[in-house]
Amino acid sequence: MIPELGHFALILSALVALVLGTLPLIGAHTNRLAWVALARPAATAMALLVTFSFACLTQAFVANDFSVVYVAQHSNSLLPIQYRVAGVWGGHEGSLLLWILMLTWWAFLVAMLSRQLPEAMVARVLGTLGLVGFGFLLFILFTSNPFERLLPAAAEGRDLNPLLQDPGLVIHPPLLYMGYVGFSVAFAFAIAALLSGKLDAAWARWSRPWTMAAWIFLTLGIAMGSWWAYYELGWGGWWFWDPVENASFMPWLIGTALIHSLAVTEKRGSFKNWTVLLAIAAFSLSLLGTFLVRSGVLTSVHAFATDPRRGIFILIFLVAVIGSSLALFAARAPKVGLGGRFGLVSRESLLLTNNVLLVVACATVLLGTLYPLLIDALGVGKISVGPPYFNAVFVPVMTPILFLMGIGPFARWKEASIPEIAKAVKWALVVGILVAIALPLLYGQWFAMTALGLLLAAWIVATAILNFIERVQHTRAGRGFLAAALSQPRTFVGMHLAHIGIAVFVVGVTMVGSYQDEKDIKLAPGQSVDVAGYHFTFNGVKAVEGPNYVAAQGEFDLAVDGKFVRKMNPEKRTYHSSAMPMTEAAIDAGFLRDVYVSLGEPIDRDKPEGEWAVRVYYKPFVDWIWGGCILMSLGGLIAMLDRRYRVRARAAAPVSAGTQQA
Amino acid sequence: MKHLFAKLAAILAVCMLLNASPAQASSATEAALAADPVAEKRLTKLSEELRCLVCQNQNIADSNAELAQDLRREIRGMIKEGKSDKEIIDFMVARYGDFVLYRPPVQGNTLLLWLGPIALLVFGLATLIAYQRRRAERVAAEDKPLSADEAGRAEALLKELDNK
Repeated sequence: MIPELGHFALILSALVALVLGTLPLIGAHTNRLAWVALARPAATAMALLVTFSFACLTQAFVANDFSVVYVAQHSNSLLPIQYRVAGVWGGHEGSLLLWILMLTWWAFLVAMLSRQLPEAMVARVLGTLGLVGFGFLLFILFTSNPFERLLPAAAEGRDLNPLLQDPGLVIHPPLLYMGYVGFSVAFAFAIAALLSGKLDAAWARWSRPWTMAAWIFLTLGIAMGSWWAYYELGWGGWWFWDPVENASFMPWLIGTALIHSLAVTEKRGSFKNWTVLLAIAAFSLSLLGTFLVRSGVLTSVHAFATDPRRGIFILIFLVAVIGSSLALFAARAPKVGLGGRFGLVSRESLLLTNNVLLVVACATVLLGTLYPLLIDALGVGKISVGPPYFNAVFVPVMTPILFLMGIGPFARWKEASIPEIAKAVKWALVVGILVAIALPLLYGQWFAMTALGLLLAAWIVATAILNFIERVQHTRAGRGFLAAALSQPRTFVGMHLAHIGIAVFVVGVTMVGSYQDEKDIKLAPGQSVDVAGYHFTFNGVKAVEGPNYVAAQGEFDLAVDGKFVRKMNPEKRTYHSSAMPMTEAAIDAGFLRDVYVSLGEPIDRDKPEGEWAVRVYYKPFVDWIWGGCILMSLGGLIAMLDRRYRVRARAAAPVSAGTQQA
Repeated sequence: MKHLFAKLAAILAVCMLLNASPAQASSATEAALAADPVAEKRLTKLSEELRCLVCQNQNIADSNAELAQDLRREIRGMIKEGKSDKEIIDFMVARYGDFVLYRPPVQGNTLLLWLGPIALLVFGLATLIAYQRRRAERVAAEDKPLSADEAGRAEALLKELDNK
């Protein structure tokens, strides 16, 4: 009964989404206030219905209702409760429902937090979100219904993929989807602005915090996924340039361009068209990622051909969304003003360069991701495009971005002078060069690429500090340094914190890439192995039992310089429901390095008390990769909470209300 | 959009199921052969560039699949025989085709792939410069000072507003 209620709520929500996607938009166009006023209640109703539907599916998981096909395929009565809840998004249908849930929550939040916005604007934003929601609800109802029944019911569920039975599953997908779907709000604001013809600073200011929020979630979501892969997969990698990862990275790159371009649009009134285009692109890439992952085209172009229903639906939706937005853009863009004048060397100009480089970086990733699919589909070859390719083409594009990141904050709006900037940053360059020379030598071996990475990281940190000090000095007005420092605008503080986050990330990537060490060896109990000065002694394995698995748990003594540090217990788990053994690595995390042990297989399958294949890793600075991402998000959060998004927005309200009456 | 790991799950499923065959047991002994650190570095570097063909998207350095272990052992052998990196790669391509290379070779069907990023970068920067020039001209044109007539009308409008 409850799954039927969930299904019914989902159908109702599609109808509500249709209402939301039509009447308020028409109302805003024809000035029918009653229709405009429908937007908020309809968005709220849509969110409530989808939330109810989602709760019904969750209930089916928690109650082990194996008469629901989706539950029978992705759960099991032995599955611990937290994974039964998270198992809701452990497969295609449920993760799509999560996607829609996030969309309706974003719409609900916009409805709640937009009191200061003109009603027509709210109607257009929510209407656009309603249309997007309607498309996805049709998709789930017609091709991926999670409430489908299984008659007769299965006695036992097939179980959630053991790889997903990890706290990572509880956190990572919701974060990632919040980010992915969050760009729909920036998109909806852009469409609303195009529809109303009012692309002004107010529009940019309204969409900035929303875009930033989506970007923060996406950053955290990607970082969380990377960390999960690192500790779960057992070979210590943190990024694989897998098409699925690229699908989330591309919107991130464009989203990053968008938050910078929005800053120019808000402060200087320039790049309006460009900003709109980026907002459309960011969301379109989210949809493209959905297509790539959901259509099966990634596994092989032929898998797509055998069951093309889902793929075709998303493809049509993708074309409809991108096509109609671009048509609208083409119709409205020529009338949009240019904004203020700026010189070849200016803050505007540098930010535009940043945007061009980020877009090129994204296009490069897109090319590398789609290329093997395209030439396979055309029948002209079967090739692989992997990390060596991406690293080779990505680094040259990112290097100038990182370099300009240090300069940008020093450049004045409108017209900047190169000598003035050079004077301000020269010490940062000195610091960068010193670090680039010294630090690699400290680690024993000097590589050019390592030096470049460290140079850029040190450069970013040093310029950020110099810029911060300079600004505080300029705004002191007789106050103490600390008082002035604490009263800097949050957008400014947030920007530098996020930039430092990038630097920290670069340090992590550079150091782990240059100096990681690993040993892949077989060990009998009592034997030991050394890697980078860390001494691991293998004490053998014992059998342990988990709620739905049995595991061989290894015991290692970790010692440095002959002194015992700690015990490490990697596991090899075999889940009752599947033949595939899972690796649980043991990690000793540290500020400057991780050491990492994972159990391979027993050399003789019948003698687990004998020798085992073991991998041990030394990973210098690896945690800086995710630490950097957290700093970026924190910077974004601080910037998002800047006072002016609230204060000025309120001040703007009466003005826009006035124009509405007229 | 499907989150990252369902895919990786599939990879592992394939790799590990293959792994579970008993023949695998003896191949794990290759680990013990890791004696020469220089050769091991070369092995790691080479095997990071090669795709594990039975896995979905994994190189043979990371994979524990039987095929990956065999190939690692084979590369180790070739290093021992004094073969150059190029010879080893050529051997792999001759046996498995271009699909085995994670760094696609520069040739007819990958020209666009390799030249694309450079072309994009050049195109992007050229557009940027052209845009800046054109924009400066247009802004200059829009920014022309008001003619005497326009100035008079503007003043009249302002006065009208003041009187309201």
